[in-house]
Amino acid sequence: MRALIKNGQVIDPGRINQIADVLIEDGKIHTIDSNLESTLKNPESVTIIDAKGLIVCPGFIDLHVHFREPGFEYKETIATGVDSAVAGGFSTVCCMPNTNPVNDSQSITDFILRQAKVADKARVFPIGAITKGSKGEELAEIGELHQAGCVAISDDGIPVMNSLVMRRAMEYARAFDLPVVDHCEDAHLSAGGAMNEGFVSTELGIPGIPNAAEEVMVARNIFLAELTHSRLHLPHVSTIGSVRLLREAKERGVSVTAEACPHHFTLTDEAVRTFDTNAKMNPPLRTDADVQAVKTALKDGSIDIIATDHAPHAVHEKQRQFDNAPFGIIGLETALPLTLNLVEEGVLTLEQAIAKLTCEPARVFKLPFGTLAVGADADVTLIDPKKTWTLEPNRLRSKSRNTPFAGWTMKGQIVKTLVGGRVVYEGD
Amino acid sequence: MTTALGKDLIGLEGLTRAQIELILDTAEPFKEVSERPIKKVPALRGKTIVNLFFEPSTRTRISFEFAEKRLSADTVNVASSGSSVSKGETLVDTARNLEAMRIDMVVIRHGSSGAAQFLGNRIRSNVVNAGDGQHEHPTQGLLDLLTLRDEFGKIEGLKVAICGDVLHSRVARSNLWGLRTMGAEVGICGPASLLPRGISELGVTMLPRIEDAIQWADALNILRLQLERMHAGFIPSLREYNRVFGVSTERLAQAPKPLRILHPGPMNRGVEIDSDVADGPHSVILPQVTNGVAVRMAVLYLLAGGSPEWATPGSDDR
Repeated sequence: MRALIKNGQVIDPGRINQIADVLIEDGKIHTIDSNLESTLKNPESVTIIDAKGLIVCPGFIDLHVHFREPGFEYKETIATGVDSAVAGGFSTVCCMPNTNPVNDSQSITDFILRQAKVADKARVFPIGAITKGSKGEELAEIGELHQAGCVAISDDGIPVMNSLVMRRAMEYARAFDLPVVDHCEDAHLSAGGAMNEGFVSTELGIPGIPNAAEEVMVARNIFLAELTHSRLHLPHVSTIGSVRLLREAKERGVSVTAEACPHHFTLTDEAVRTFDTNAKMNPPLRTDADVQAVKTALKDGSIDIIATDHAPHAVHEKQRQFDNAPFGIIGLETALPLTLNLVEEGVLTLEQAIAKLTCEPARVFKLPFGTLAVGADADVTLIDPKKTWTLEPNRLRSKSRNTPFAGWTMKGQIVKTLVGGRVVYEGD
Repeated sequence: MTTALGKDLIGLEGLTRAQIELILDTAEPFKEVSERPIKKVPALRGKTIVNLFFEPSTRTRISFEFAEKRLSADTVNVASSGSSVSKGETLVDTARNLEAMRIDMVVIRHGSSGAAQFLGNRIRSNVVNAGDGQHEHPTQGLLDLLTLRDEFGKIEGLKVAICGDVLHSRVARSNLWGLRTMGAEVGICGPASLLPRGISELGVTMLPRIEDAIQWADALNILRLQLERMHAGFIPSLREYNRVFGVSTERLAQAPKPLRILHPGPMNRGVEIDSDVADGPHSVILPQVTNGVAVRMAVLYLLAGGSPEWATPGSDDR
C-alpha cells in the first residue's frame, strides 16, 4: 500500500522544513522530496493526499493522558480516548495508571494494550504504577511492568510522599532505564486545597494550594534523581519556582525532563472566579507570573515538551460545588490550537512548537516515533494552521465534556492523522 | 425577577454603595415591625420561600425564618439531615426539584464556597446566600453595617478591625467588601496562620497584635475561633489564643477611645472574647442579632420586587 502526501509544508523538527511530498509505503516513510508525483512508478496504485497549504509533521505524542479504563469507563474508555487523541493529531499516547484497579501489574497492562489494539487508532503505551495500588508504600513489580510494555512509571495524581520509597523506586527503575514521573505535590501543604492559593482564592474563599506544594516536591525529586542517577520526568510544571529549580538542575546536568500543559500556559486562576469547575485541575491554574515563567521555560527548553494531562470526568461529576468537583480537564482536542497560540505570540517558532509535541516527547520516553525519518513508521499529522473554528464541547470525540475552553475561537485544525500509514482521522 | 438588587444576593462584593444603602434604609422601618405586638406585615403574602440549610445553623436560620414570617411569606425549612441531601442527592438535582415546585425564593446555607451562586445560576427563583463555605455571608455583613451605622451614625471613615480566623471566615469577607464600599477603613488582626494569602493586597491595614487593633480601631468585629482549627495545627492551643489574641477588659482599657465590640456568634467565651467584654458596655452583640431580622426582611422584600417606599410604616401594610 502506498500513499503520497503532496505539496505540504513538511516539518520534521531539526531535520526538514520545506514544501515537499511524502511518500509512504507499507506503513513506513519511504521518501521525502520535491515533485515525487512525477517520478512515481505505477501512480494509479498510489493514494494521493493533497496537502497544499497544510503542515505535514510527525504524529503528535502525548506522554500524559488518563483513559479511565479499567474502572471508570463512564468517563472515558480506551476506544473513546484514542478517538479523541487522533482527532487532536496525536498518534501516540501514554496513559497514566490511576485506573481501577491501578495499573500496577502485568495483567492490567496487558488489558490496556489489548483494548488499544481493539480500538486500533492511536498507539497506546501504558505507564505503570510506582507503588502497589499507588499507595506509596511498596514498590510495584516494576520489572514485570516494563516487560509487559510500560514505558515509564508514575503514581500520577498521587504524589509519592515518602522520600525513601521514591529513592528506591528511582534506583530500581534504573535497571530498566524507565523514566520516573512524579506528580509533584506535597500532600500536607495542599490538603483541602481546590485552587491556586493567592489573591483570587482569598476573595472566593476557596481553600488554596500554594506554589510551594509543588516546588518542595520538585526540589526533592531533583535531588533524588541526582543521588540515584535516574531519569526523572516532571509532569505539568505550573509554577515560577519549579521552573527556576528545573533550569538550575538542567544546568547542573541532572537527568530531568519536564512538561507543561496547554491550560497552564493559557489560563490563570482568574478563570476560577465564576466557580467554573472546568477551571479546576491539579496542579491548579496559577497566576500570570507563573504563566509567563512556563512560557519562558518552553522557549528556552527548560520545559522540554507539551503534554495534555487529558483527564476526563463526567458531566454530573463536574456539575457540583467547586470544592466537591474532581480535578482535571480534557485536553487532547485543544492542544494544537493552544500550542499554536504560542507561535502567534512569538514564544515558540512553529518548528519548536511542533517539536514539543513530537520528537521531544519521543526523546523523553525514548519512543521510536515522532519523526519523519526514512524507514520510520508513517505516523503523520496534517494541520491547517490558518483554519479557525469554535470549540463546541458536544462535538468533541472524548466521552467527557470537561473543558474550560467551550465557546473559544481556536486557530489551527487537524485535517488528517495517520498511524502506520493508515488514515485514522479525517476532519470534516 | 430582576430588582434593585438583581435576582440574587450572593455576596457584598460587587454591590454598589447605593444598593447597600438601599438595603440598610429599607431595614429601618422593618426594625419597627419587630417591636409591634403583632409582628407581621403582608409584604410577601403568597410568596413561598425555602430555607435550605446544608450546614447546622441556629441563629441565621431562625433569623431568616422570623424575617420571612414577619413578612407573611409561606416558608419551608429543609435541613441536610433527614432530607434527600443525606440520601446523596446532588445540589443540581435539589435545585431542579425546587424549580419544578415553583418556589419564589431560596435561602441557602452551604459548606462549599460558590454553592449559592451555583444554585442561583440554575434556578429562576431568587437566591439569598445565608453563608457559603468560606466565601460570603452577605446578610451578616449587612447586619454588622446596620449596627455600626446605628452606633456611630455613619459608616464612612470608621475604622473597623476584623479580628481572628479571617482565613476560614465568610463573615470576614462580607464585612471587608461591605465596609470598603461604604467608605470605612478595614483592619485585619489575627495570627498569620489564620490569615489568607494576599489579604494585604486588598487595601486593608494589617494589625499584627490585638493590642494594635485596639489602639487603631473604632470597632472590633471579633470572629469566632472554630475549635477544630486548633486540632488542625493553625494555633498551638485555645489557652494561648486567649492569652495572645483574646479581647479582655484589661486590653480594652488601653483603647484611646470607647470601642464597640461586634461578634457574629456563636461566641467562645474565654477564647476570642472574655465574658465581661461580651456582656459589657462596649458590646453591641445583641443589637446585631436584632438587626439581623430587619436586614433579612429588607433583603427578602427588595428581592421580591418591593420598593423602599412601600415598606414605610404607616402605609396600608399596617
